[in-house]
Amino acid sequence: MTTVNIDRSIDARGMPCPGPLMSLIGAIREGELGDVIEVLSSDEGSKTDIPAWLEKSGHELVETVPDDGFMRFIVRKTR
Amino acid sequence: MPAKVLVLGGGVGGTLTANLLAEELGRDGEVSVVDPTGMHHYQPGYLYVALGQANGRWLVRDERSLLRRDVRLVVERATKVDTEAGSVHLERGGSLDFDYVVLATGARLMPDRIPGLLEGSYEFYSLEGAQRLREALRRFTGGRIRVGVAGIPYKCPPAPVEFVFMVEEYLRRRGIRDRSQITLLSPLNRAFTIESASKVIQPIMEQRGIELTTFFNVEEVDPSAGTVSSLEGEKVEYDLLVLVPPHRGQQVIDDSSLGDASGWLPADKHTLQVGDDGRVFALGDATNLPISKSGSTAHFEAPVVASRIASLVKGSAPKDNYGGKVMCFLETGNGRSTVLRFDYEHPPAPPQPSRLWHAAKWMFNRLYWHTVPQGRLPDTLPLPIPTGRSES
Repeated sequence: MTTVNIDRSIDARGMPCPGPLMSLIGAIREGELGDVIEVLSSDEGSKTDIPAWLEKSGHELVETVPDDGFMRFIVRKTR
Repeated sequence: MPAKVLVLGGGVGGTLTANLLAEELGRDGEVSVVDPTGMHHYQPGYLYVALGQANGRWLVRDERSLLRRDVRLVVERATKVDTEAGSVHLERGGSLDFDYVVLATGARLMPDRIPGLLEGSYEFYSLEGAQRLREALRRFTGGRIRVGVAGIPYKCPPAPVEFVFMVEEYLRRRGIRDRSQITLLSPLNRAFTIESASKVIQPIMEQRGIELTTFFNVEEVDPSAGTVSSLEGEKVEYDLLVLVPPHRGQQVIDDSSLGDASGWLPADKHTLQVGDDGRVFALGDATNLPISKSGSTAHFEAPVVASRIASLVKGSAPKDNYGGKVMCFLETGNGRSTVLRFDYEHPPAPPQPSRLWHAAKWMFNRLYWHTVPQGRLPDTLPLPIPTGRSES
Protein backbone atom coordinates (compact mmCIF):
# COMPACT_ATOMS: atom_id res chain seq x y z
CA MET A 1 0.00 0.00 0.00
CA THR A 2 1.31 3.42 -0.88
CA THR A 3 2.32 5.88 1.81
CA VAL A 4 2.05 8.92 -0.47
CA ASN A 5 -0.66 11.47 0.33
CA ILE A 6 -3.31 11.38 -2.37
CA ASP A 7 -4.71 14.78 -3.47
CA ARG A 8 -7.36 13.38 -5.79
CA SER A 9 -8.73 9.89 -6.34
CA ILE A 10 -10.54 8.82 -9.52
CA ASP A 11 -12.59 5.64 -9.39
CA ALA A 12 -12.64 4.55 -13.04
CA ARG A 13 -13.46 0.91 -12.27
CA GLY A 14 -15.91 -0.48 -14.81
CA MET A 15 -15.09 2.27 -17.27
CA PRO A 16 -14.00 0.91 -20.66
CA CYS A 17 -10.88 2.07 -22.50
CA PRO A 18 -9.97 4.94 -22.97
CA GLY A 19 -12.08 6.22 -20.06
CA PRO A 20 -9.55 5.75 -17.20
CA LEU A 21 -6.74 7.40 -19.18
CA MET A 22 -8.94 10.30 -20.27
CA SER A 23 -10.05 10.80 -16.64
CA LEU A 24 -6.40 10.98 -15.62
CA ILE A 25 -5.63 13.46 -18.40
CA GLY A 26 -8.56 15.61 -17.23
CA ALA A 27 -7.28 15.54 -13.65
CA ILE A 28 -3.76 16.50 -14.77
CA ARG A 29 -5.24 19.41 -16.76
CA GLU A 30 -7.10 20.68 -13.71
CA GLY A 31 -4.48 19.85 -11.08
CA GLU A 32 -1.65 21.87 -9.50
CA LEU A 33 2.06 21.16 -9.86
CA GLY A 34 3.03 18.43 -7.37
CA ASP A 35 -0.50 17.03 -6.99
CA VAL A 36 -0.71 13.27 -6.50
CA ILE A 37 -3.58 11.63 -8.35
CA GLU A 38 -4.78 8.06 -7.87
CA VAL A 39 -6.62 6.25 -10.67
CA LEU A 40 -8.47 3.00 -9.98
CA SER A 41 -8.98 1.03 -13.20
CA SER A 42 -10.26 -2.45 -14.00
CA ASP A 43 -9.60 -2.01 -17.72
CA GLU A 44 -6.72 -4.18 -18.99
CA GLY A 45 -5.71 -1.53 -21.54
CA SER A 46 -4.84 0.90 -18.72
CA LYS A 47 -1.81 -1.22 -17.82
CA THR A 48 -0.15 -0.12 -21.04
CA ASP A 49 -2.01 3.13 -21.92
CA ILE A 50 -1.43 4.97 -18.63
CA PRO A 51 2.35 4.27 -18.33
CA ALA A 52 2.79 5.07 -22.05
CA TRP A 53 1.01 8.41 -21.67
CA LEU A 54 3.00 9.29 -18.55
CA GLU A 55 6.24 8.53 -20.35
CA LYS A 56 5.34 10.88 -23.19
CA SER A 57 3.86 13.64 -21.03
CA GLY A 58 6.68 13.57 -18.48
CA HIS A 59 4.53 13.14 -15.36
CA GLU A 60 5.69 10.66 -12.75
CA LEU A 61 4.24 7.19 -12.21
CA VAL A 62 4.89 6.96 -8.48
CA GLU A 63 3.50 3.48 -8.03
CA THR A 64 1.31 0.80 -9.60
CA VAL A 65 -0.53 -1.29 -7.01
CA PRO A 66 -2.49 -4.43 -7.98
CA ASP A 67 -5.71 -4.77 -5.98
CA ASP A 68 -8.75 -7.05 -6.03
CA GLY A 69 -9.66 -7.10 -9.76
CA PHE A 70 -8.27 -3.67 -10.50
CA MET A 71 -5.09 -1.58 -10.49
CA ARG A 72 -4.21 1.58 -8.58
CA PHE A 73 -2.06 4.01 -10.55
CA ILE A 74 -0.44 6.68 -8.36
CA VAL A 75 0.67 9.65 -10.46
CA ARG A 76 2.42 12.93 -9.61
CA LYS A 77 1.96 16.04 -11.76
CA THR A 78 5.52 17.19 -12.33
CA ARG A 79 5.18 20.10 -14.74
CA MET B 1 -56.04 12.59 -16.28
CA PRO B 2 -53.49 12.04 -19.08
CA ALA B 3 -49.86 11.88 -17.96
CA LYS B 4 -47.82 14.96 -18.85
CA VAL B 5 -44.53 14.09 -20.52
CA LEU B 6 -42.02 16.80 -21.34
CA VAL B 7 -39.15 16.10 -23.72
CA LEU B 8 -36.36 18.68 -23.62
CA GLY B 9 -34.53 18.83 -26.94
CA GLY B 10 -35.69 18.30 -30.50
CA GLY B 11 -32.73 16.33 -31.82
CA VAL B 12 -32.93 12.74 -32.98
CA GLY B 13 -33.37 11.29 -29.47
CA GLY B 14 -35.98 13.80 -28.30
CA THR B 15 -38.00 13.76 -31.51
CA LEU B 16 -38.11 9.97 -31.77
CA THR B 17 -38.94 9.52 -28.08
CA ALA B 18 -41.81 12.04 -28.33
CA ASN B 19 -43.28 10.40 -31.45
CA LEU B 20 -43.05 6.88 -30.01
CA LEU B 21 -44.56 7.97 -26.70
CA ALA B 22 -47.46 9.81 -28.30
CA GLU B 23 -48.23 6.74 -30.39
CA GLU B 24 -47.96 4.36 -27.46
CA LEU B 25 -49.85 6.46 -24.92
CA GLY B 26 -52.64 7.80 -27.11
CA ARG B 27 -55.19 9.52 -24.84
CA ASP B 28 -53.31 8.41 -21.75
CA GLY B 29 -50.58 10.99 -22.36
CA GLU B 30 -49.88 14.60 -23.35
CA VAL B 31 -46.44 14.79 -24.94
CA SER B 32 -44.60 18.09 -25.47
CA VAL B 33 -41.19 18.83 -26.96
CA VAL B 34 -39.38 21.94 -25.72
CA ASP B 35 -36.64 23.13 -28.05
CA PRO B 36 -34.85 26.50 -28.16
CA THR B 37 -34.80 26.84 -31.98
CA GLY B 38 -37.56 24.59 -33.29
CA MET B 39 -35.18 23.51 -36.03
CA HIS B 40 -33.82 19.98 -36.40
CA HIS B 41 -30.29 19.50 -37.75
CA TYR B 42 -28.94 16.32 -39.37
CA GLN B 43 -25.50 16.82 -37.87
CA PRO B 44 -23.63 13.99 -39.67
CA GLY B 45 -24.07 16.07 -42.83
CA TYR B 46 -21.77 18.87 -41.64
CA LEU B 47 -18.75 16.83 -42.74
CA TYR B 48 -20.01 16.77 -46.34
CA VAL B 49 -20.70 20.52 -46.26
CA ALA B 50 -17.10 21.21 -45.14
CA LEU B 51 -15.77 19.19 -48.07
CA GLY B 52 -18.07 20.80 -50.63
CA GLN B 53 -20.07 17.60 -51.22
CA ALA B 54 -23.38 19.01 -49.98
CA ASN B 55 -24.97 22.34 -49.23
CA GLY B 56 -26.55 23.14 -45.89
CA ARG B 57 -30.18 23.15 -47.06
CA TRP B 58 -30.78 19.41 -46.76
CA LEU B 59 -29.42 19.36 -43.22
CA VAL B 60 -32.06 21.48 -41.50
CA ARG B 61 -35.82 21.02 -41.19
CA ASP B 62 -38.59 22.52 -39.12
CA GLU B 63 -39.01 20.33 -36.04
CA ARG B 64 -42.79 20.67 -36.35
CA SER B 65 -42.70 18.78 -39.65
CA LEU B 66 -41.04 15.79 -37.94
CA LEU B 67 -43.42 15.47 -35.01
CA ARG B 68 -46.78 13.73 -34.91
CA ARG B 69 -49.74 16.11 -34.82
CA ASP B 70 -50.59 15.09 -31.29
CA VAL B 71 -47.15 16.15 -29.98
CA ARG B 72 -47.02 19.78 -28.86
CA LEU B 73 -43.92 21.79 -29.79
CA VAL B 74 -42.81 24.64 -27.52
CA VAL B 75 -40.12 26.75 -29.15
CA GLU B 76 -38.40 28.23 -26.14
CA ARG B 77 -35.25 27.68 -24.14
CA ALA B 78 -35.64 25.67 -20.93
CA THR B 79 -33.66 27.33 -18.15
CA LYS B 80 -34.18 25.01 -15.18
CA VAL B 81 -35.58 21.58 -14.43
CA ASP B 82 -37.10 21.29 -10.95
CA THR B 83 -37.43 17.55 -10.45
CA GLU B 84 -38.97 17.89 -6.98
CA ALA B 85 -41.72 20.25 -8.09
CA GLY B 86 -42.11 18.47 -11.44
CA SER B 87 -41.72 21.60 -13.54
CA VAL B 88 -39.48 23.11 -16.19
CA HIS B 89 -38.82 26.84 -16.19
CA LEU B 90 -38.68 28.65 -19.52
CA GLU B 91 -36.61 31.61 -20.66
CA ARG B 92 -39.54 34.01 -21.11
CA GLY B 93 -40.73 33.42 -17.56
CA GLY B 94 -43.34 30.68 -17.91
CA SER B 95 -43.12 27.10 -16.73
CA LEU B 96 -44.45 23.68 -17.73
CA ASP B 97 -45.45 20.90 -15.33
CA PHE B 98 -44.55 17.28 -15.93
CA ASP B 99 -45.20 13.81 -14.58
CA TYR B 100 -42.22 12.50 -16.57
CA VAL B 101 -39.35 14.42 -18.16
CA VAL B 102 -36.95 13.23 -20.85
CA LEU B 103 -33.66 15.13 -21.00
CA ALA B 104 -32.47 14.97 -24.60
CA THR B 105 -30.60 18.25 -24.41
CA GLY B 106 -27.47 17.17 -26.27
CA ALA B 107 -23.98 18.61 -25.95
CA ARG B 108 -22.66 22.13 -26.25
CA LEU B 109 -19.47 23.25 -27.98
CA MET B 110 -17.07 25.16 -25.72
CA PRO B 111 -14.40 26.57 -28.06
CA ASP B 112 -13.38 29.26 -25.55
CA ARG B 113 -12.04 26.56 -23.20
CA ILE B 114 -8.87 26.32 -25.30
CA PRO B 115 -6.89 29.58 -25.67
CA GLY B 116 -6.60 30.62 -29.32
CA LEU B 117 -8.91 27.89 -30.65
CA LEU B 118 -11.64 30.28 -31.87
CA GLU B 119 -9.23 32.53 -33.74
CA GLY B 120 -6.78 29.91 -34.93
CA SER B 121 -8.76 26.86 -36.01
CA TYR B 122 -11.73 25.63 -38.04
CA GLU B 123 -14.35 23.05 -37.13
CA PHE B 124 -17.17 21.09 -38.78
CA TYR B 125 -19.31 20.55 -35.67
CA SER B 126 -21.77 23.32 -36.54
CA LEU B 127 -23.30 24.30 -39.87
CA GLU B 128 -21.65 27.72 -39.76
CA GLY B 129 -18.31 26.16 -38.86
CA ALA B 130 -18.57 23.67 -41.72
CA GLN B 131 -19.35 26.47 -44.17
CA ARG B 132 -16.34 28.49 -42.98
CA LEU B 133 -14.10 25.44 -43.29
CA ARG B 134 -15.37 24.82 -46.83
CA GLU B 135 -14.29 28.34 -47.83
CA ALA B 136 -10.91 27.92 -46.13
CA LEU B 137 -10.34 24.66 -48.01
CA ARG B 138 -11.24 26.35 -51.30
CA ARG B 139 -8.57 29.00 -50.61
CA PHE B 140 -6.02 26.37 -49.53
CA THR B 141 -3.26 25.90 -52.09
CA GLY B 142 -1.02 23.49 -50.21
CA GLY B 143 0.71 23.24 -46.84
CA ARG B 144 0.27 21.54 -43.49
CA ILE B 145 -3.23 20.49 -42.47
CA ARG B 146 -3.46 19.36 -38.84
CA VAL B 147 -6.65 17.72 -37.56
CA GLY B 148 -7.21 17.09 -33.88
CA VAL B 149 -9.51 16.81 -30.92
CA ALA B 150 -9.55 19.43 -28.16
CA GLY B 151 -11.37 17.33 -25.56
CA ILE B 152 -12.92 13.93 -24.89
CA PRO B 153 -15.80 13.04 -25.00
CA TYR B 154 -16.95 14.57 -28.26
CA LYS B 155 -19.80 13.85 -30.66
CA CYS B 156 -19.40 11.34 -33.50
CA PRO B 157 -16.02 9.84 -32.60
CA PRO B 158 -15.22 8.69 -36.18
CA ALA B 159 -15.60 12.21 -37.61
CA PRO B 160 -11.96 13.43 -37.33
CA VAL B 161 -10.72 10.20 -38.95
CA GLU B 162 -13.35 10.50 -41.68
CA PHE B 163 -12.26 14.08 -42.24
CA VAL B 164 -8.57 13.21 -42.79
CA PHE B 165 -9.49 10.48 -45.29
CA MET B 166 -11.92 12.71 -47.14
CA VAL B 167 -9.68 15.79 -47.19
CA GLU B 168 -6.86 13.61 -48.56
CA GLU B 169 -9.12 12.64 -51.48
CA TYR B 170 -10.26 16.27 -51.85
CA LEU B 171 -6.65 17.53 -52.16
CA ARG B 172 -5.82 14.80 -54.69
CA ARG B 173 -8.78 15.78 -56.85
CA ARG B 174 -7.65 19.40 -56.75
CA GLY B 175 -4.13 18.37 -57.77
CA ILE B 176 -2.48 19.79 -54.63
CA ARG B 177 -1.98 16.59 -52.61
CA ASP B 178 1.78 16.49 -53.33
CA ARG B 179 2.12 20.00 -51.89
CA SER B 180 0.22 19.09 -48.74
CA GLN B 181 0.88 17.25 -45.51
CA ILE B 182 -2.03 15.84 -43.50
CA THR B 183 -1.59 14.92 -39.83
CA LEU B 184 -4.10 13.48 -37.40
CA LEU B 185 -3.32 14.67 -33.87
CA SER B 186 -4.86 11.94 -31.73
CA PRO B 187 -5.39 12.31 -27.97
CA LEU B 188 -4.73 8.57 -27.58
CA ASN B 189 -1.90 6.23 -28.55
CA ARG B 190 -3.83 5.19 -31.67
CA ALA B 191 -5.96 6.83 -34.35
CA PHE B 192 -9.35 6.01 -32.87
CA THR B 193 -10.87 5.44 -29.44
CA ILE B 194 -11.77 1.80 -30.18
CA GLU B 195 -8.73 -0.42 -30.69
CA SER B 196 -10.30 -2.84 -33.19
CA ALA B 197 -11.33 0.06 -35.40
CA SER B 198 -7.84 1.59 -35.18
CA LYS B 199 -6.42 -1.66 -36.53
CA VAL B 200 -8.49 -1.21 -39.69
CA ILE B 201 -7.96 2.55 -39.97
CA GLN B 202 -4.22 2.97 -39.36
CA PRO B 203 -2.96 0.82 -42.29
CA ILE B 204 -5.20 2.83 -44.64
CA MET B 205 -3.83 6.09 -43.24
CA GLU B 206 -0.33 4.81 -43.90
CA GLN B 207 -1.20 3.83 -47.48
CA ARG B 208 -2.57 7.32 -48.11
CA GLY B 209 0.41 9.11 -46.56
CA ILE B 210 -1.64 10.54 -43.68
CA GLU B 211 0.57 11.06 -40.65
CA LEU B 212 -0.45 10.17 -37.11
CA THR B 213 0.78 11.97 -33.99
CA THR B 214 -0.32 10.13 -30.87
CA PHE B 215 -0.98 11.38 -27.34
CA PHE B 216 -1.62 14.93 -28.51
CA ASN B 217 -4.19 16.50 -26.17
CA VAL B 218 -4.64 20.06 -27.39
CA GLU B 219 -3.81 22.68 -24.76
CA GLU B 220 -3.35 25.93 -26.68
CA VAL B 221 -3.44 27.41 -30.17
CA ASP B 222 -1.22 30.35 -31.11
CA PRO B 223 -2.80 31.82 -34.25
CA SER B 224 -0.08 34.43 -34.84
CA ALA B 225 2.72 31.86 -34.69
CA GLY B 226 0.60 29.23 -36.47
CA THR B 227 1.23 26.59 -33.81
CA VAL B 228 -0.81 24.22 -31.70
CA SER B 229 0.54 22.89 -28.38
CA SER B 230 -0.33 19.78 -26.45
CA LEU B 231 -0.66 18.98 -22.78
CA GLU B 232 2.15 16.48 -23.39
CA GLY B 233 4.55 19.32 -24.25
CA GLU B 234 4.67 19.10 -28.06
CA LYS B 235 4.27 22.08 -30.38
CA VAL B 236 3.25 21.60 -34.02
CA GLU B 237 3.15 24.18 -36.84
CA TYR B 238 0.12 24.38 -39.12
CA ASP B 239 -1.16 26.18 -42.18
CA LEU B 240 -4.75 24.96 -41.70
CA LEU B 241 -5.88 23.70 -38.33
CA VAL B 242 -9.13 21.74 -37.86
CA LEU B 243 -10.05 20.98 -34.25
CA VAL B 244 -13.08 19.39 -32.67
CA PRO B 245 -13.97 21.91 -29.93
CA PRO B 246 -14.32 20.77 -26.32
CA HIS B 247 -17.85 19.65 -25.41
CA ARG B 248 -19.89 19.73 -22.20
CA GLY B 249 -23.53 19.30 -21.17
CA GLN B 250 -26.06 22.09 -21.70
CA GLN B 251 -26.42 25.14 -19.48
CA VAL B 252 -29.89 24.03 -18.31
CA ILE B 253 -28.34 20.85 -16.89
CA ASP B 254 -25.69 22.87 -15.01
CA ASP B 255 -28.30 25.33 -13.75
CA SER B 256 -30.51 22.48 -12.52
CA SER B 257 -27.59 20.80 -10.69
CA LEU B 258 -28.42 17.54 -12.42
CA GLY B 259 -25.12 16.88 -14.20
CA ASP B 260 -21.62 15.76 -13.23
CA ALA B 261 -18.57 18.06 -13.23
CA SER B 262 -18.70 18.21 -17.05
CA GLY B 263 -22.44 18.74 -17.22
CA TRP B 264 -23.26 15.18 -18.37
CA LEU B 265 -26.31 13.49 -16.86
CA PRO B 266 -25.58 10.43 -14.72
CA ALA B 267 -28.06 8.01 -16.27
CA ASP B 268 -28.41 4.31 -15.51
CA LYS B 269 -26.70 2.54 -18.42
CA HIS B 270 -29.63 0.11 -18.93
CA THR B 271 -32.79 1.95 -17.79
CA LEU B 272 -31.58 5.44 -18.82
CA GLN B 273 -33.20 6.74 -15.66
CA VAL B 274 -31.65 9.69 -13.79
CA GLY B 275 -32.00 9.64 -10.01
CA ASP B 276 -34.30 7.40 -8.00
CA ASP B 277 -37.78 8.83 -8.30
CA GLY B 278 -38.52 7.13 -11.64
CA ARG B 279 -39.73 10.13 -13.59
CA VAL B 280 -36.51 11.60 -15.02
CA PHE B 281 -34.84 9.98 -18.03
CA ALA B 282 -31.94 11.00 -20.26
CA LEU B 283 -30.61 9.88 -23.61
CA GLY B 284 -28.27 10.79 -26.43
CA ASP B 285 -25.30 13.13 -26.13
CA ALA B 286 -26.57 14.53 -22.81
CA THR B 287 -25.67 11.45 -20.72
CA ASN B 288 -22.40 10.42 -19.09
CA LEU B 289 -22.71 6.85 -20.39
CA PRO B 290 -19.50 5.15 -21.57
CA ILE B 291 -20.77 4.91 -25.14
CA SER B 292 -20.43 7.02 -28.30
CA LYS B 293 -22.10 10.39 -28.37
CA SER B 294 -23.91 9.95 -31.67
CA GLY B 295 -27.32 10.09 -33.29
CA SER B 296 -27.20 6.30 -33.58
CA THR B 297 -26.93 5.93 -29.80
CA ALA B 298 -29.93 8.21 -29.29
CA HIS B 299 -31.83 6.33 -32.01
CA PHE B 300 -31.42 3.02 -30.18
CA GLU B 301 -32.03 4.52 -26.73
CA ALA B 302 -35.28 6.32 -27.62
CA PRO B 303 -37.49 3.19 -27.88
CA VAL B 304 -36.26 2.10 -24.42
CA VAL B 305 -37.12 5.45 -22.80
CA ALA B 306 -40.51 5.57 -24.56
CA SER B 307 -41.36 2.01 -23.59
CA ARG B 308 -40.34 2.47 -19.94
CA ILE B 309 -42.35 5.68 -19.53
CA ALA B 310 -45.38 4.13 -21.27
CA SER B 311 -45.22 1.17 -18.88
CA LEU B 312 -45.04 3.47 -15.85
CA VAL B 313 -48.01 5.52 -17.09
CA LYS B 314 -50.04 2.35 -17.60
CA GLY B 315 -49.08 1.03 -14.18
CA SER B 316 -47.01 -1.94 -15.32
CA ALA B 317 -43.36 -2.72 -14.59
CA PRO B 318 -40.96 -1.37 -17.24
CA LYS B 319 -39.16 -4.18 -19.03
CA ASP B 320 -37.06 -2.78 -21.87
CA ASN B 321 -33.38 -2.08 -21.27
CA TYR B 322 -30.68 -0.43 -23.37
CA GLY B 323 -27.78 -2.77 -24.11
CA GLY B 324 -25.39 -0.13 -25.45
CA LYS B 325 -26.20 -0.72 -29.11
CA VAL B 326 -24.55 1.67 -31.58
CA MET B 327 -24.14 1.44 -35.32
CA CYS B 328 -22.28 4.04 -37.31
CA PHE B 329 -20.55 4.32 -40.62
CA LEU B 330 -16.98 5.47 -41.05
CA GLU B 331 -16.07 7.03 -44.40
CA THR B 332 -12.56 6.15 -45.58
CA GLY B 333 -12.58 8.22 -48.80
CA ASN B 334 -12.35 6.95 -52.40
CA GLY B 335 -16.06 6.09 -52.27
CA ARG B 336 -15.65 3.50 -49.52
CA SER B 337 -16.84 3.16 -45.94
CA THR B 338 -16.72 0.69 -43.14
CA VAL B 339 -19.24 0.24 -40.36
CA LEU B 340 -18.93 0.04 -36.57
CA ARG B 341 -21.56 -2.06 -34.78
CA PHE B 342 -21.15 -2.71 -31.08
CA ASP B 343 -22.76 -2.69 -27.66
CA TYR B 344 -21.68 -2.68 -24.01
CA GLU B 345 -20.48 -6.29 -24.20
CA HIS B 346 -19.24 -6.62 -27.77
CA PRO B 347 -16.58 -4.36 -29.32
CA PRO B 348 -16.90 -3.67 -33.04
CA ALA B 349 -15.24 -5.86 -35.67
CA PRO B 350 -15.34 -3.46 -38.61
CA PRO B 351 -15.17 -5.03 -42.08
CA GLN B 352 -12.68 -3.78 -44.66
CA PRO B 353 -14.05 -0.60 -46.27
CA SER B 354 -16.23 -1.20 -49.31
CA ARG B 355 -18.35 0.67 -51.82
CA LEU B 356 -21.42 -1.13 -50.53
CA TRP B 357 -21.14 0.42 -47.06
CA HIS B 358 -20.52 3.82 -48.63
CA ALA B 359 -23.73 3.39 -50.65
CA ALA B 360 -25.55 2.35 -47.46
CA LYS B 361 -24.32 5.50 -45.72
CA TRP B 362 -25.56 7.72 -48.54
CA MET B 363 -28.87 5.91 -48.63
CA PHE B 364 -29.19 6.50 -44.88
CA ASN B 365 -28.34 10.20 -45.34
CA ARG B 366 -31.16 10.49 -47.88
CA LEU B 367 -33.73 8.43 -45.98
CA TYR B 368 -33.07 9.96 -42.54
CA TRP B 369 -35.79 12.61 -42.69
CA HIS B 370 -38.50 10.09 -43.59
CA THR B 371 -37.54 7.26 -41.27
CA VAL B 372 -35.54 7.88 -38.08
CA PRO B 373 -37.45 10.73 -36.33
CA GLN B 374 -40.77 8.98 -37.00
CA GLY B 375 -39.60 5.57 -35.81
CA ARG B 376 -40.02 4.01 -39.22
CA LEU B 377 -36.54 2.48 -39.23
CA PRO B 378 -36.54 -0.74 -37.21
CA ASP B 379 -33.89 -0.90 -34.51
CA THR B 380 -32.85 -4.34 -35.72
CA LEU B 381 -31.61 -3.48 -39.17
CA PRO B 382 -31.49 -6.50 -41.48
CA LEU B 383 -28.28 -5.28 -43.10
CA PRO B 384 -25.97 -7.91 -44.53
CA ILE B 385 -22.23 -7.95 -43.84
CA PRO B 386 -20.90 -7.09 -47.30
CA THR B 387 -18.01 -9.00 -48.77
CA GLY B 388 -17.02 -6.00 -50.86
CA ARG B 389 -13.54 -5.53 -52.21
CA SER B 390 -10.83 -4.75 -49.71
CA GLU B 391 -9.28 -1.31 -49.58
CA SER B 392 -6.65 -0.90 -52.27
